[in-house]
Amino acid sequence: MYIDPHVHMVSRTTDDYQRMALAGCVAITEPAFWAGYDRSTAQGFHDYFRMLTDFEPRRAAQFGIRHHTWLCINPKESEDVGLAREVLSIIPSFLECQTVLGIGEIGLNKNSRNEMTVLEEHIALAMKHNLLILVHTPHLEDKLKGTHLIMDALRNQGADPGRVLIDHVEEHTVRAVLDRGFWAGMTLYPDTKCTPQRAADIFEMHGTDRLWINSAGDWGVSDPLAVPKCQDELRRRGHLLETIRKVSYDNPRAFLSQSGRFSAPERA
Amino acid sequence: MGTPLTKQAVADLYFLEHRAKVLDLAAFLDRFDRASEPGGEDFRVQALTAALGLVLDGRPDRARRVLELWSDHSKEPIERAPMKGALGAMPIHAKDHP
Repeated sequence: MYIDPHVHMVSRTTDDYQRMALAGCVAITEPAFWAGYDRSTAQGFHDYFRMLTDFEPRRAAQFGIRHHTWLCINPKESEDVGLAREVLSIIPSFLECQTVLGIGEIGLNKNSRNEMTVLEEHIALAMKHNLLILVHTPHLEDKLKGTHLIMDALRNQGADPGRVLIDHVEEHTVRAVLDRGFWAGMTLYPDTKCTPQRAADIFEMHGTDRLWINSAGDWGVSDPLAVPKCQDELRRRGHLLETIRKVSYDNPRAFLSQSGRFSAPERA
Repeated sequence: MGTPLTKQAVADLYFLEHRAKVLDLAAFLDRFDRASEPGGEDFRVQALTAALGLVLDGRPDRARRVLELWSDHSKEPIERAPMKGALGAMPIHAKDHP
């Protein structure tokens, strides 16, 4: 049994839901993200949010998977501050939906000033409505700098680090994120993030508290079965079943349950 | 929590996989050298070869240190995002990482 707390199912086929269910997935959370092209209007985001809050939960339910979501305009589309503010203005109309857990995945992409402005306005929106925050950290050479800029912005606005998950951590960012009291996510993603082996190494070096794993499966080369593959990696190294359950089920459940809306079956 | 594996077990489990990765890297560098474009330097390949020094220095936390080597260490936001994607490494100055 596992939870994939970060996967972009709008980009995946129904076959993937079926395979994830067969592999033991019982619940997922899907952050709003970039579609691979810039959407031209806020209405485009309105339709996307309807997909996240209406269509995907029904599609997941066919396979016994509970679907939850996070809303935002992704940092890759934050350079246009005017459009971002229009999108921010429509998010509150979706917050009554019982599967919306919070604001995400917000953060930075290229660490620009406009991205910072939009990040700060997302943080303010989350705090105004007492919502959890899911953070995207930048890719590759931009990650180290961006992670620190994001943590500073969260601190400066008074966000409670225990209600913030900072995702896509790797060896050079995980310690700082945990030391500052945030939750951290490791994304199991070919080529550009963590492999299951490196994620297992990071658990061995940094422990299992406030740390989870996710696939971030999306429209790129990615693997919606990455979480069970990491479970398997931990298993073949001889880690205890209790440890494997903690990182792939108990930890995401503990963090996400702070929303008051997260739903996953008690583990077997 | 540490690793439950012995060194022997780590080698047994992972040697062949990483043997293949070393050969891939060697073949990639050979391929790059054979390529015909004049002036043949690329900052990403330079960053890759600079990282090999860290991989082979026998000190711990190699993965963390390689990622830090390839990272942007500036502190202030940039004025405007020049593109969506990332390149994988910053230019590395030879004097800093011989």
